[in-house]
Amino acid sequence: MKAAITALQEVYGLFVEDGSYAAAIVIWLAIVCFVFPHLPGGGAWRGPLFFAGMAVILVESVVRAARAKSRC
Amino acid sequence: MIDWSHAWPAMTAAFMASLVEFVEALTIVLAVGSVRGWRHAMAGAIGGVIFLTALVLIFGPALHLIPITRLQLVVGVLLCLFGMRWLRKAILRAAGVIGLHDEDAIFKKQTSKLNSLGHRDSAKIDMIAAITTFKAVTLEGLEVVFIVIATGAIGRNGQAGSMVIPASVGAAVAGLLVIALGLLIHKPLARVPENTLKFAVGVMLSAFGVFWVGEGMRFPWPGEDLSLAALAAAFLSVALIGVSLARRAAQRPQKAVEPEPAL
Repeated sequence: MKAAITALQEVYGLFVEDGSYAAAIVIWLAIVCFVFPHLPGGGAWRGPLFFAGMAVILVESVVRAARAKSRC
Repeated sequence: MIDWSHAWPAMTAAFMASLVEFVEALTIVLAVGSVRGWRHAMAGAIGGVIFLTALVLIFGPALHLIPITRLQLVVGVLLCLFGMRWLRKAILRAAGVIGLHDEDAIFKKQTSKLNSLGHRDSAKIDMIAAITTFKAVTLEGLEVVFIVIATGAIGRNGQAGSMVIPASVGAAVAGLLVIALGLLIHKPLARVPENTLKFAVGVMLSAFGVFWVGEGMRFPWPGEDLSLAALAAAFLSVALIGVSLARRAAQRPQKAVEPEPAL
């Protein structure tokens, strides 16, 4: 049982390291999957907008981590 | 039929990512082998390979049972989480916010830890050695398996698994290269530019993740398959901007908090 829990934790760790960063990605993915299809207009903007959201999440996370480091 | 002219992105991503993972596993196997004995280290490593092979044989054929759009979406979501985690860490390393990955340091840490665990009966299998190498090979190998499936699971012609063979070839070449170098020099492969490779792999996996999610959601990508290269270029640009911003944020002195005036 303990080995199974450890194995699951290791697998979880492959995808999640910083909880708030992973949560932001999941929330953005949920918006992309469930909200984008209902928005008006052609679909050409969806891909670039999806990427832009991921880029913002990435940059915000690294800057936040760097600021946290500088406070230490 | 494999379209090899379109196989290079999956093959390159799988090769580079697998190279990094195999180098990390090799460091642990070398540390265990040199301290606790090669027979015990190899027993664990071979056990890990057998375990991974069984996983692939059991779950691999199931990929063909999943509808293509579902597969693209699931793989894309997992790849977004996995690739963006790699990319974030690579950016923080490049910016000097966290330490660089150093195989020599990991090797020294592992050998001193294993030395401190005392002697073992050489006639029996050393469980500490076997479990340590089993765990290292399984964990690093699991990442390789995921990367091969994720980058090769969906081909451009919409057939599930049509790029698995090119991706597997990339991973196998990386594995053979690392094993050959390990046998030849018997030292951790500290001169492999792991941090640069991880940065590049993070860029590629993130691009694959966003592309597969978009394909799964039937987004009309501008330029269709060429948008994968455009996404990789865009992620690279964002990552370089991220390095610069993170470096600046880490160096910026924090404003001193002014003391409350005494009442």
